[in-house]
Amino acid sequence: MSCGCDMIGETGLRFYGKMTASMSHEIKNALAIINENAGLLEDFTLMADRGMPIDPGRLKTLAEKVIKQVQRADGIVKTMNRFAHSIDESVKNVELDEVLDFVATLSGRLAFVRGVTLEVESGAIPVTIATRSFFLENLVWLCLDFAMDATGGGKTVGLRAEQTENGARLKLTQLQGLSERTTSAFPGEREIALLDALRAELAINERAAEIVLMLPRDIGQ
Amino acid sequence: MTEKVLLVDDEEDFIETLGERMRARGMDVSTTTSTKDALKKAEEGSFDAIVLDLMMPEMDGLEVLKILKEKRPELQIILLTGHATLEKGIEAMKLGAMDFVEKPANMDALTEKIRNAQAKKMILVEKQTEEKIKDIIQGKGW
Repeated sequence: MSCGCDMIGETGLRFYGKMTASMSHEIKNALAIINENAGLLEDFTLMADRGMPIDPGRLKTLAEKVIKQVQRADGIVKTMNRFAHSIDESVKNVELDEVLDFVATLSGRLAFVRGVTLEVESGAIPVTIATRSFFLENLVWLCLDFAMDATGGGKTVGLRAEQTENGARLKLTQLQGLSERTTSAFPGEREIALLDALRAELAINERAAEIVLMLPRDIGQ
Repeated sequence: MTEKVLLVDDEEDFIETLGERMRARGMDVSTTTSTKDALKKAEEGSFDAIVLDLMMPEMDGLEVLKILKEKRPELQIILLTGHATLEKGIEAMKLGAMDFVEKPANMDALTEKIRNAQAKKMILVEKQTEEKIKDIIQGKGW
């Protein structure tokens, strides 16, 4: 997609599109299960019309399956809604554990399809910074997208927030395959544009198998 | 004639229920949530149709489709997906998919496609058998 928009705008749109496509796919899956259960219920009533008794136990199981899928779809819609609202304010106070949890939830299906487990390691003390939350979510996703191909055999990405003297540090850990991945293309122009907008820095530590994002305590207006 | 169908989707609740409904309509249905297992099952059994989810863990549905069609060109594969896009649909058809269905699927439409798949497969198998016989006859020099 090339529309003459600035790099951050285009990157943001791509991020928004990728996440909403993934979530709408999940909603479709939930709807497909509800649809099949409703269809099965219809099949049972047709059979009952022909004199075959309906087992109440089966009906209970069908109802439970439908309730489970409605709850699943409701959870996805809540996440979509929260994602949409993350653009409301340009700068706001965010708790970094919550940001990491949220990006992990947003990326859940994409990670699952790639066979990767995301582990958010919550710290004892909450780390809060004033930042551009949508840009931060976008940057964490881009790092995660790169990191998911650098997990080596472990197939797990750890996500952790830590307080520093001047702000905070976000770590993507357990990246044993970092040395096998070409790191010259990362961070690319998209990541660099977001790093600039967030006044952040990125470091790749192959020995520690980590990607580290350094963020200021307050980005200012 | 009973249609032999393999359902491949990582959503277990989906294939379980869909499978039960298809069995109630007289089909012989096998299910799996793993693409690797699907490849194994397709190799071992002679299915009339394989209903395959496009977005699966382990392997992309299009990748599975390519492997299946290379190994068994007579297989009739219907791609079933939660997020159908025109590009993916065209790619799937180019790779030899018989059809492309978006979730939630309509049971009557899916059943119709499976019946068509069975008919197509029978024609292909008959053609393959004819060619084999022709090769044998020509090879023997009768």
